[in-house]
Amino acid sequence: MNENRPLRLLLVEDEPGDARLMDLAMQKNGYVVELYGASDGHEALRFLRREGQRFSRAPRPDMVLLDLKMPGLGGLEFLSAMKQDPQLRAIPAVIISTSALEADVCGSYQSGAAGFVPKPNDINEFVAAIHKLGEYWFKLVRLPENPE
Amino acid sequence: MNVTPPLFYALLVEDELADAHLVKAAFIENHILADLQHVVDGCEALEYLRREGPRFANAPRPDLILLDLNMPRMDGRKFLAALKQDPQLCNIPVVVLTTSDVERDVIASYNLGAAGYVTKPMDVVQFMAVIRDLGDYWFALVRLPENRKFRE
Repeated sequence: MNENRPLRLLLVEDEPGDARLMDLAMQKNGYVVELYGASDGHEALRFLRREGQRFSRAPRPDMVLLDLKMPGLGGLEFLSAMKQDPQLRAIPAVIISTSALEADVCGSYQSGAAGFVPKPNDINEFVAAIHKLGEYWFKLVRLPENPE
Repeated sequence: MNVTPPLFYALLVEDELADAHLVKAAFIENHILADLQHVVDGCEALEYLRREGPRFANAPRPDLILLDLNMPRMDGRKFLAALKQDPQLCNIPVVVLTTSDVERDVIASYNLGAAGYVTKPMDVVQFMAVIRDLGDYWFALVRLPENRKFRE
């Protein structure tokens, strides 16, 4: 991991409010990250593959945080596509979802998720959840080097 | 006395017995409510998971696997590849726990489907903290696949 720059995260989330909440939670926890957004799986794949003018200079994220329920390409379909792409599969992807369905949990791990975080409704609980996520992924774990 | 079953099961794949003892001690020290089972290499881990032979006939399916990379017989990379290709086992998250800090091992582990790559600290106090943070993520934050049906 490059120590000289903030971690780059791609948040795949259709609710703009939830994206702002993620930004807030990162700040509250003192995590200095670059947060990029995609509003569904199609957009996320274009971002990762740098397709089209809009994404031609998109940076490669160190990690993907992913909602499950989105219009267009949903979370599980996106995850499967990403994990089948040899250029992208090494990027860890963590699900953050309000779904309590066992089929979603199981399907997420089956598709290659590196964790399924239940999304709390309470803001303080959400900040605390992002703290635990950050202590693991931003501090404990070594991520693949990503010089781009 | 009633014995309540542990909340979680974890499987440690590690050939160094001293390291295995340290992980067990760290689970206890950090009050991690998971039963830690231990096997010594990738071959034994696959036998355990597939419940082959009398020793593993009743082996509980783990919620999480902690995997060393460098082991005799079948190393961590080959084991991880085999596990992720097995439809019955591929949804068990695997965290690599190793002394190797070679980038080639890091990228290979994630490419094979690892859900984290943790470099083992030499210092015991730091090691305890590593297992605490690892436990906080996997056993307190994330939801893991329901394994009860496999244990009945």
